[in-house]
Amino acid sequence: MDEVTTTIEEEVAAVAKSVEVRRLSKKFGGVQAVDGIDLKSTEGEFLVLLGPSGCGKTTLLRMIAGLEHPTEGEILIGDDVVNGLPPRIRQIAMVFQSYALYPHMTVARNIGFPLKAEGLDAATSRKRIEWASSLLDIQDLLERRPRQLSGGERQRVALARALVREPAVFLLDEPLSNLDAKLRAAARDDLLEFQRRVGTTTIYVTHDQVEAMGMGDRIAVMNKGKIRQLGTPDEVYNRPADTFVATFIGSPPMNMLERGNFLMGFRPEQLLPVGIVDGDVMPMTYHVNRIENLGSERYLYGFIRGYAEDIKIIAMLPSTVTVAIAAGQDHEFAVANAKLRYFDKETGLAMVGAPT
Amino acid sequence: MATDVFDVERERQLEHRRHRWGRITLYSLAIGAAVAAAFPFLFATLTAFKQSSDLYVKDNNPFWFNDPPTFEHVHFLLFNTNFLTFVRNTVVVGLAVVIVTLALALPMAYALARLGMRWGERLGIGIFLVYLVPPTLLFIPMSRVIANLNLQESLWSLILVYPTITIPISSWLLMGFFKGIPRDIEEQAMVDGYSRIGAVRRTVLPLMFPGIVAVVVFAFTLSAHEFIYALAFNKGSAVKTIAVGVPTELVRGDVFFWQSLQAAGLLVAVPVALLFNLFLDKFVTGFTMGAVKG
Amino acid sequence: MTTSVLKRQKRYLFENERFLAPLLMSPAILYIIALVGFPLVLAIIYAFTDITVGDSSLDFVGFETFRRVFDDPVFWRSLRNTFFFAVVANSLVVIFATVLANVLVADFKGKWIIRFLVLLPWTTPVSLATITWLWTLDSLFSPLDWILRNLGLIEQNSYYLGKANLAMSSVIAVHTWRIVPLAAVIVMAGMAAIPNEIKDAADIDGARFWRKLFQIDIPLLAPIIAVAVLFGIILTVTDISVVFVLTRGGPTHATQVLPTWAFFKGIEGGALGQGAAIALFLFPVLVAITAVVLRLARRREIL
Repeated sequence: MDEVTTTIEEEVAAVAKSVEVRRLSKKFGGVQAVDGIDLKSTEGEFLVLLGPSGCGKTTLLRMIAGLEHPTEGEILIGDDVVNGLPPRIRQIAMVFQSYALYPHMTVARNIGFPLKAEGLDAATSRKRIEWASSLLDIQDLLERRPRQLSGGERQRVALARALVREPAVFLLDEPLSNLDAKLRAAARDDLLEFQRRVGTTTIYVTHDQVEAMGMGDRIAVMNKGKIRQLGTPDEVYNRPADTFVATFIGSPPMNMLERGNFLMGFRPEQLLPVGIVDGDVMPMTYHVNRIENLGSERYLYGFIRGYAEDIKIIAMLPSTVTVAIAAGQDHEFAVANAKLRYFDKETGLAMVGAPT
Repeated sequence: MATDVFDVERERQLEHRRHRWGRITLYSLAIGAAVAAAFPFLFATLTAFKQSSDLYVKDNNPFWFNDPPTFEHVHFLLFNTNFLTFVRNTVVVGLAVVIVTLALALPMAYALARLGMRWGERLGIGIFLVYLVPPTLLFIPMSRVIANLNLQESLWSLILVYPTITIPISSWLLMGFFKGIPRDIEEQAMVDGYSRIGAVRRTVLPLMFPGIVAVVVFAFTLSAHEFIYALAFNKGSAVKTIAVGVPTELVRGDVFFWQSLQAAGLLVAVPVALLFNLFLDKFVTGFTMGAVKG
Repeated sequence: MTTSVLKRQKRYLFENERFLAPLLMSPAILYIIALVGFPLVLAIIYAFTDITVGDSSLDFVGFETFRRVFDDPVFWRSLRNTFFFAVVANSLVVIFATVLANVLVADFKGKWIIRFLVLLPWTTPVSLATITWLWTLDSLFSPLDWILRNLGLIEQNSYYLGKANLAMSSVIAVHTWRIVPLAAVIVMAGMAAIPNEIKDAADIDGARFWRKLFQIDIPLLAPIIAVAVLFGIILTVTDISVVFVLTRGGPTHATQVLPTWAFFKGIEGGALGQGAAIALFLFPVLVAITAVVLRLARRREIL
């Protein structure tokens, strides 16, 4: 069994392909859902498409899958342009938000369905089903029906069904959003380990930036049909390309202050009492309105003197910072200059280096 | 999938061809279905305007007007028969039945949808069982009941009895529509200070309006289609409905007034079909919602 | 103190769900009991009397009326026909309605017109729709025969309504023709209930048209198809108009069904007791076929 297992795993890892889209657009009626996107993933990469609802990430995923036809542009899997080809030929597998398990079939038949469609013989079929179900630890569930399974179990069945086709690319559409919050962290872990093991190129759609930051090799932050930034989690967090990325990533979002004709941004954890941060800093007088003490950190809500009072500025003090803060009072805070980010006020794009 | 050697171009062409054949089959089936469904009506249309000298010749092309088309038979239908009386009767009965149906079925549907609780499902099955007791089973004792109530030979006999046909299915449809409206809306109104009935009247019923219209159309057509009770109760020409009057009165002995008969069929079929098509999607929604639990 | 408590209780009576529900439902329920339940009981009573239009006294005669009904071979013919027409017509309906439903859910130009035409058989009152068939099947002037004669396929006219087997086929054809639109609409509703993601998953899994149809769509549609069949059976078994208008039960009772025979015996013939007895047999036929359909559905685990 081990030899067989390794062979199948090697096969799967071997077929991983890159995914590329060029100038891809999709218009529904009057709405431009996807607006001229260029994107290329590497082989075996875990690429996350992140953005608020309506940003076009699911449409982009569905076009890669072949479930929607692009209005313009090209889609390439590996080196082949796949426009006009139906999903079944593209060597992709997809896991939907609802898992889309066939309700009238047993788990075993669900997993075996794509193999039957392929015309695979019964013996090879069975071997692959056994391999996939043991990889995902669902061997005991093979004779059950989907309605008898929990959310987590259904997700694993959906993954097994996807895996069994030895696809070149996995496409996942918010597969964790239907799980309880408690299960989600564990499921995230399992999913990542699974991907590392099979090594298939994975494109993962989510609106949850915590998920994206935790899972992606690279994240494509999308808004209104365009990619605002493509980068590693570190890049999108610490060097956001524009104000959208800066405020979408990070919870609570980056603080923004207007200075002349540009915007100055800094993350809540960078706004610290004067004594804590030293060196090259920008001092600020911070009037604190309200304090939330969550044990592991304190969130301060207030505004900066010299700026409009309705611009909410949030500071995050870890529990290791024990400086006493009183609500309703001014405090002397500062931000390290190196951590300040500047954005053009009109375009929202990041400016390189501090403006003079 | 293990081997990924395939010719992308060839696959693309194959797919294109498959798609085209699919479209051709689709259109053929659609046109075929339309022809199969409508061909008797096609013949009826042609026949209605044919002169008798053209119609009653065995070898004449039925698809062609060998003698020029004429309105005389339509004219005959409208002015020399009781057709218009039948129409009037059908409309009067239909409207009255709709009113009775709504009066009885709306409260029933609301109770089933909102206040149902445990016996809601059992009552739903009960409604279905009532539907299983057809007019063709009841018409004999019913004709005696009508005679004893002295309602025979009058439109009231039909107005009294037709709701037995319309109420079960209307309740089902309306229940489905009620279920489609979240409880929160009327509960909010009750919290805001209205009684339950007032809350429903002000908030839920306006939302139900399209559904109610659909049920009105449906009940009206059920009433207009009904045959056996009308046949059994009303033998006099002045009180017949279209469904009974046309087949029985446009035949004198062995002589069929074919052209007028066909014209009558058409005059009724087309408007009703148009109405039905407009409301089709609503029916489907109500029908399936009625089957959803809770 | 007591009066104000009573007043309060009275005012909120209409809020109490346990009071309100029966109140809202009782008009409809009372009406149904009066006008369905009561006549049903009467029908059963009539069947055990010798009541006629002339002699309207309810003289109990035990099973005599039933015996008279059973002695008449036309009754058995009617019973068989009722069953036969319903089963054959609805088997055809299942096939045609599934095909039609698949056509109507697709997108194509002219869909509204096609839908309008396809629904005509259902939306027209039964008796009038049957009238259009009367001409189509006429023994002398049938346009169908004209086409067939000119194509050289037949020499003489087929007496669609005059020969026993052809007449039965004609009745079945009209029933099928009428019910397919309704069944198709019901099936379409069922198709809308299949989540899109399942269809997408099947696409991705490699299923092409036939596999999708037979392994995904039809199994998931089975409960809805069962409902459509049930409706179709009820409509066919309980219908009087088609046979009445098309053949009046002829030729020589070849197409007689229970409802028409009950009418001819009971209303036209005046033997109310016999008419009621004949009509009563509709109930077991309906229950029997319904039970069979439900059993089949349950066995396949679809209901």
